[in-house]
Amino acid sequence: MIDFRDVEKAFGDNVVLHDLNFSVQKGDRVTLIGPSGSGKTTILRLVMTLEELTGGYIFVGGEPLTHEERGGKRVPVSKRNQKRIRQRIGMVFQQFNLFPNMTVVENIIEAPVHVLGQSKREATLKAKELLERVGLSDKAGAHPTSLSGGQQQRVAIARALAMDPEILLLDEVTSALDPEIVGDVLGILRNIAETTDITMLIVTHEMQFARDVSNRVLMFDGGKIVEEASPSVMFSDPKHQRTKDFLHAVLGDGEDTIGTR
Amino acid sequence: MIGISAAFEWHWSAAAEVLPTLLTQFVKVTLLVTVLGTVIASILGLVIAMAIRVLPRPLSEAVKWIANVIRMTPIIIQLLFASYAFLSLDLITIGVIVYGIHYATYMSEVYRAGIDSVPKGQWEATTALSMSTLRTWTAIIIPQALRATIPALGNYAISMFKDTPYLLVIGVVDMVNAARIYGGDTYRYTEAFTLVGIIFLLASYPTSLLIGRLEKRLAYKT
Amino acid sequence: MDEKFAAIGEAMPRLLDGLVVTIELTIFGAIAAFILAVILGLAAASPAKGFRIPARVVIEFFRGTSLVVQVFWLFFVLPLLGIDLHPMLVGVMALGLNYGAYSAEVVRGSIQAVPTGQWEATTALSLGPIQRMRRIIFPQAWALMIPSLSSLLVHLMKGTAIVGFITLADLTYQLEQVKRTAGTLFTYGVVGILSYFVFALVLMYFMNALEHQAKHKLGQGKSLWRILSPAPPASTPAGGAS
Repeated sequence: MIDFRDVEKAFGDNVVLHDLNFSVQKGDRVTLIGPSGSGKTTILRLVMTLEELTGGYIFVGGEPLTHEERGGKRVPVSKRNQKRIRQRIGMVFQQFNLFPNMTVVENIIEAPVHVLGQSKREATLKAKELLERVGLSDKAGAHPTSLSGGQQQRVAIARALAMDPEILLLDEVTSALDPEIVGDVLGILRNIAETTDITMLIVTHEMQFARDVSNRVLMFDGGKIVEEASPSVMFSDPKHQRTKDFLHAVLGDGEDTIGTR
Repeated sequence: MIGISAAFEWHWSAAAEVLPTLLTQFVKVTLLVTVLGTVIASILGLVIAMAIRVLPRPLSEAVKWIANVIRMTPIIIQLLFASYAFLSLDLITIGVIVYGIHYATYMSEVYRAGIDSVPKGQWEATTALSMSTLRTWTAIIIPQALRATIPALGNYAISMFKDTPYLLVIGVVDMVNAARIYGGDTYRYTEAFTLVGIIFLLASYPTSLLIGRLEKRLAYKT
Repeated sequence: MDEKFAAIGEAMPRLLDGLVVTIELTIFGAIAAFILAVILGLAAASPAKGFRIPARVVIEFFRGTSLVVQVFWLFFVLPLLGIDLHPMLVGVMALGLNYGAYSAEVVRGSIQAVPTGQWEATTALSLGPIQRMRRIIFPQAWALMIPSLSSLLVHLMKGTAIVGFITLADLTYQLEQVKRTAGTLFTYGVVGILSYFVFALVLMYFMNALEHQAKHKLGQGKSLWRILSPAPPASTPAGGAS
C-alpha cells in the first residue's frame, strides 16, 4: 500500500531521514516508535505531502506520490496526480487543527462536499453517523472552540474518516490531551481499527495502544529503522540495545514490559 | 496684542450661516470619499496581500516595493499626479481612487499580518483534506484572517476620513475647503474652522470607541 | 526626456530649498511631537486620575480633529486673537500636536506593556517613581515603541506636504512651480514621488538603527556600532570579558 524507496529528507543541512526503505501492506497497522527527533513524524508528514521529499520515492498503491523515475532521472509527478492520490489518505494531527470558523458538522462535511463532490445532505447524514461513532452526536452545531481537547480530537477523527480514506495517518493524536481523556480517544481508534480495514500509520508514545492496535512496530533512531518486529516481540523481547534503552526510558524502571502488565 | 480682534469673537449668526454648507460638503465629499475609498482599499488591500503571498518571487517583490512607495509618499503628491494623469475623470472619482489605492497599501499590511496569524496547522489540515487552493483561501484562511483584521481596518478607515481634507490640493470643495472659502469671503474663520473641528471630532471619536469595543469582543472569543 | 531632466536640473536650487523646508518641518515637528508624546503618554499611563483624564482629553482632541483643520485653525484663527506666528512655527506646532497625540498612545501602550514583574521588582527595591520610570520602565518601553513611532514619523513627513497652503515653500510647493517646464506627470510621478520616498527610507533606516541600539541596551541583538561597521570584528572567544 505504501512503499518507501531510498527515502531521504533533509531540512537544509540537517538530514533527518536517510536511506529509508520499508513497505506497508494493505490493512497493516504500523506503529513508529523512537525518541523525539528520530524522524517518525516526518515520515507521516511526507506521506501527507506536508513536507517536500528531498530524495528517493514514495509509492501509494503502486503509484508515485511526489516523484518518479523517468529516463533514469528523478522527476516530480504532476500536481493533479499528487492530489488524486492524496485524496486516499487522511490524517489526524496532534493539535487537532479543526477549522474554528466552522461548526463541528461543517468541519466534517467540508471536504466530502467540496473535494469529493457529495451533496450536502448526503455528507451531513454521514457526518451525523460518524459523530455518533465518536460519541458526539449532540455537538454537531457546536463551534470547535467550545469543545474540550478530547472532544476536538474526536471531531478531527470523524473529519478524517468522512473522506473514506484507505490510509489513515495518526500523528501523536493523544500528546496534547489531558491524561484522563486519552483513553476515550484511543478507545475510538481501537474500535475503528477493529471494524475497518483502513491501513494505519501511527506515531504514538502510548505503548499499550501500539501493542493493542498494530501488527508491526518500527523502532526509529537517528532517521533510521533500527529494529522491526511484531508488537509482542518488540515490547517483550527487543533485540537492539537502542530499543531496550528507549523502552526502558518510556516504560519506566519496572523490570516488566507492558506485555505482562 | 491690544485686545482681541473683533473677528475672533464667536458669532452664532456666522456659525448658523456656514453650518449647512459644511454639512452638505461633509456628506457629499468627505463621507462619500471615505466610504467608497474604504470599500476599494479593503478589497484591493486583500488582493495585494494575497498577490505578495501567492506570486513567484520577482513579481511578489515588485508588488511589495510598489506598495511601499505608495505607502511612504504623501497622498497629496499622489492626488496631484492622478489629477493630471486622468484629466477626463472628475475630481471626486480621482479622490476615491487615490484614497482607495493609498490606503490599500496600509490595509494589505494588516491582511498580511492576519494571514500570517492563521496557524500553520490550518494550512496542513486543508492539505490533509485535499482542499483546493481556492477553497482553502475562501473557506478557511480569509474568514480566519479577517476576524483579526476588522478592528485595524476600521482604524484605517478613520485615518482616511481624517486625511480627506488633502483633497483641497486638487480643488475639491470638501468640508475643510468649504470652511476655508467661507473664511476667505467673510473673514469668519473662527466659526468655520471650529465647527469643522467639532464635526470631525463628533464623527471620529465615537467610531473609534466602537472599534475599540469590537476589538475587545473579537479578542475574547478565540 | 532630456528636456525634462534639463528643466529639473535648472530648477534644482529651488527644489533643494523646498526639500530643506520639508526636512526642517519633519525634524522639528517630530521633536515637538516626541516631547508632547512623552508628557501626555506618561500622564495617560498614570494611575492618578488628575493626570490621566486631562491627558486623555488632549489626546482624543488632537487625534479626533484632522491635521489639516489644526493647521488652518492655527494659521487663520490665531491671528484674529492677536497671535501672529511664523508659518513655520504653525506647521511645527500643528504637526507636533497632531502626531504628538498619536504618539502619546504609543508611549502609553508601551509603558503598560512592560511586564508586571518589572514594576513589582522596582517596588521590591524601593525605587522612587521617577527613578523607576527613568531607569527601569522607560528604557524597556522605548524599545517596544520605536516600530510604531517610526511609522508615525513617516506619516508626519507625508503630512508636511500640506504647508504650501500656509505660504511655506516646501518641496511640494516647489514642484508645483517646476511642473510647467518639466511636465506635470514627470514632476509629480517621478521627481516628487522619488524624493519623498528616499527621504522616507532615510527616516526608516534611522529609526531601525535606533531600535537596534535600544534592543542592544536590553541585551538583545548587536550594538549599533557592530551593525554599522563594514567588517564586523571577529567574535571574542567564549569566556572573554563581555
